[in-house]
Order: sequence, then structure tokens, then C-alpha cells
Amino acid sequence: MPRKVVITGLGATTPIGGDVPTMWANSLKGVSGARTIEADWVEKFELPVTFAAQIATPASEVLSRVEAKRMDPSTQFAVVASREAWRDSGIEEVDKDRLAVAFATGIGGVWTLLDAWDTLRDKGPRRVLPMTVPMLMPNGPAAAVSLDLGARAGAHTPVSACASGTEALHQGLELIRSGKADVVVCGGAEAAIHPMPIAAFASMQALSRRNDAPELASRPYDTGRDGFVMGEGAGALVLEAEEHALARGARIYAELGGTSVTADAYHITAPDPEGLGATRALKAALFDARAQASDVVHVNAHATSTPVGDKPEYTALRAAFGAHLDSVAVSATKSQTGHLLGASGAVEAVMTVLAIHDRKAPVTINLDNQDPDIPLDVVTEARDLPSGDIVALSNSFGFGGHNAVIVLRSI
Amino acid sequence: MASNEEILTGLAEIVNEETGLAPESVEMDKSFTDDLDIDSISMMTIVVNAEEKFGVRIPDEEVKNLKTVGDAVNFISGAQA
Repeated sequence: MPRKVVITGLGATTPIGGDVPTMWANSLKGVSGARTIEADWVEKFELPVTFAAQIATPASEVLSRVEAKRMDPSTQFAVVASREAWRDSGIEEVDKDRLAVAFATGIGGVWTLLDAWDTLRDKGPRRVLPMTVPMLMPNGPAAAVSLDLGARAGAHTPVSACASGTEALHQGLELIRSGKADVVVCGGAEAAIHPMPIAAFASMQALSRRNDAPELASRPYDTGRDGFVMGEGAGALVLEAEEHALARGARIYAELGGTSVTADAYHITAPDPEGLGATRALKAALFDARAQASDVVHVNAHATSTPVGDKPEYTALRAAFGAHLDSVAVSATKSQTGHLLGASGAVEAVMTVLAIHDRKAPVTINLDNQDPDIPLDVVTEARDLPSGDIVALSNSFGFGGHNAVIVLRSI
Repeated sequence: MASNEEILTGLAEIVNEETGLAPESVEMDKSFTDDLDIDSISMMTIVVNAEEKFGVRIPDEEVKNLKTVGDAVNFISGAQA
């Protein structure tokens, strides 16, 4: 038997809450984090999309000025979330040589990169700050978290677009199972609400254009869905070998039973319409967790609210679960948070851990007319999950054909 | 042209902005590395900001000679002359 891995600490900074308690309370209520962007660059560049789900609590309110100065916003979010998760875990002493980090990002330090490019063009090379490269590198969040906690068993950065945050948990599980670490701080961070990525995502017709009603724009499974809503923030989870957690009398939220990562090898951006790669990921993750499809009571779906993306995930879920899918409570929390890209999997993992621990499934908002081609049991009002042993999944899929699934189990 | 005192005050503001150190701790005889704990990356940021603030050029090969705050103030003062 592989080592059992449990989750003992949670952290998050998101558009619907700057910490886990706020985010979780809001996610059960059903709120939207999407707003019109109050920045001069929206008008300056005449962006076709004028809203996003921006962070609820600016990192500048949590970090010191000097600390924040040396970090890209994505790294700031990672440090905020991981500090909360670390405090929450209650770990006081740990062998730092056995403490690892797996912190993902989808895009990396895009603000730093493009600010430095503007500086180069406007003021010349002398004015490009010496911290530019360490701030823009995609491993910046993982490195900063490692430095902050003194984690010396390795600092890893899975990069698989919107599957990145979930893949970080996959990596964390492997690090503990293989005996390379006893504790891993996992997560994902993203800060890409910048005019260039907005223009680029809009150009590929991926973003909702509901500029007149941002709160209604992210509507997974609804017939009126017209694209995803850009989000930002970070989620963080402390993974711990079960024997390590038990030895210190830790509060355990849930077990990370299994994970799986597959690739479609179908198209660089379009999901495989038959969802074959996602189906394989779902089945493999259940197998990895030694769970049956019939054990699963809740799924936090990837469900980004794009016309083409939501359906193949349903097809995959149906293929993996069969008739049992009709008794699975499915939540599409991007309806509230927007799409946090490389952070989404980590934030949704936090929610799924809490769903298991508190036996409550979070809410999907804006589902007015459910797409008849996606007959899922969608949670539209906070719903109690059954008592007894339960299993829940969280899915993430990313450009590049990345599919990542985690399986969580009650303790 | 700024007096040495004005340069020190301006430099202390730059150091405070970069490192959070209290401006009054930036004194002429303090070593950037040993007393103020400023690493090479922060030092380069301070140099570039000082160039902009005082309208001088501090060549890269000169930076290693600026061991104390006083060295920097004197260099800037001389470069302005």
C-alpha cells in the first residue's frame, strides 16, 4: 500500500474572498466575483471585454510594501494563500529537508514581463529592474513559497495551463508517496488580468462579452453561456503523510486518495469532443484512489462557461460514471469565482476538501436555462452531502489537452 | 546641484523605498552590505534610482567601489560637479 496522504491546511485569496472562511461562506451563498474593471487601460486599448473577477482583498493589504515590491502579483497571491494554509495546518516544527513545494501557474509573471518591456521601450535598458527575471519566471511563486517556509525538499512548478493547479496536487501526492517528502505545500497562483491576455483570450473568442452584466457572465451549463470570465488569485493546500499528521495530532480535513493526469493529443486548444482524455483521467484517478465510481457523491467540475468546453466534460463524466452520474451533486464554482486559470484547480480543490469536511456542496449561480445536452444534477442552492464515507472529485482541463483529476475522501 | 546633505536625504529615501529601512538609519559611515544588509540586486536598483533622481551616471564597474553610503554620496556629488 502506498503512503496515505491527507490534507491538513487550506489557504486562498480569490475574487469571492481574501481568505478561506470568507470564500467558503460566499461559495455556499452564491455570489459573483465579476465586476467592471476600474482601470484606465480598458478604455485606452478599447478592450472588447471590460470586466473580470478581480481579487477581493489586494495583496498590498496583507504583505508589507517591501515584500510585495520584489514579487510579481502572481507570487504575491501564492505567498498570501500559502501562509494562510501553513497557519491553518498548525504545524509548528517540521524537518525542512522533508518539506517540499509544488506551486503552479498557468501564465507566470505576465505583469512583470510586460511592464519591463514598456520600461525598456520608454526609458532604455538601464531602467529595467534587476529583479525582473526572478519576478517573471513561472517558478517564481514556488520559489517564493519555498523561501518563505524554508522548504528544502524541492520546489516544483507544474505548468499545464488551466490544469496546472490540479497537477500541483498530483505532484504533491507523488512526492509524499515516493518518500521524497513528508509535507508538501501545493497550490496554484495566477495574476493575468492585464490588457494583453484579455485581448488574446478575447481574440480567440474564449471570453464572455456580457459587458453590461458582469455578475451574470459566468454561467456554466446555461444555454446563454458565451465564454469564461477571467479571474485571479491563488489556492494553497498542505498535504501531509498521514502518519506525520497523526503523530502531531493534526486536524485532518480529508484524504487525497488519488490523482491522474492525461493528455488528449487531439488539438492545441479545442477539447476532444468525445472527452476521451478526460474520461481516462477520471477512471485512472478513481483507480489510483482505489475508489469506485459509485462512491462519488460530489464533483467540482472544470465547467468554464464556454459554449464548446462544458459539454465534453459532461460526456467524460457520463462515460466514467454511467447511470450513477445522476446521483452526483455537481458544482461549477467558476460561476462565482470566474476562471483563475492556473490557480483554478487549487482553489477548487480547497472548496472540494471543505465540501467533504463540512458535507456541503457549493453553489452554481446563473443557471437559468440548463443546456438540455448537459443533463447533470447541478447544485444551485447549497446542498448537504451524505454522512458516512464519501468521495468527491475535482477536474481541471487546460489548453494543450491537459486533463487532471483529484479524488478526495472523507476521513 | 545638490549639497551632500541633500544627496544623503535623497539616497536615504531611495534605500527606504527599496528595503524598508528607516531613512535615519542611512548614515554616511554605514556599509551597504555589512550594516544595511543590502544585497547586490537591491544595490543595483538603488543605483539606477539614484541615477534618475540625481541626473548622474554611475557606471557598473564603479558600483563595487561604493562600499559605504558616504562613498555613494561623494560619487554622486562629484559626478554632478
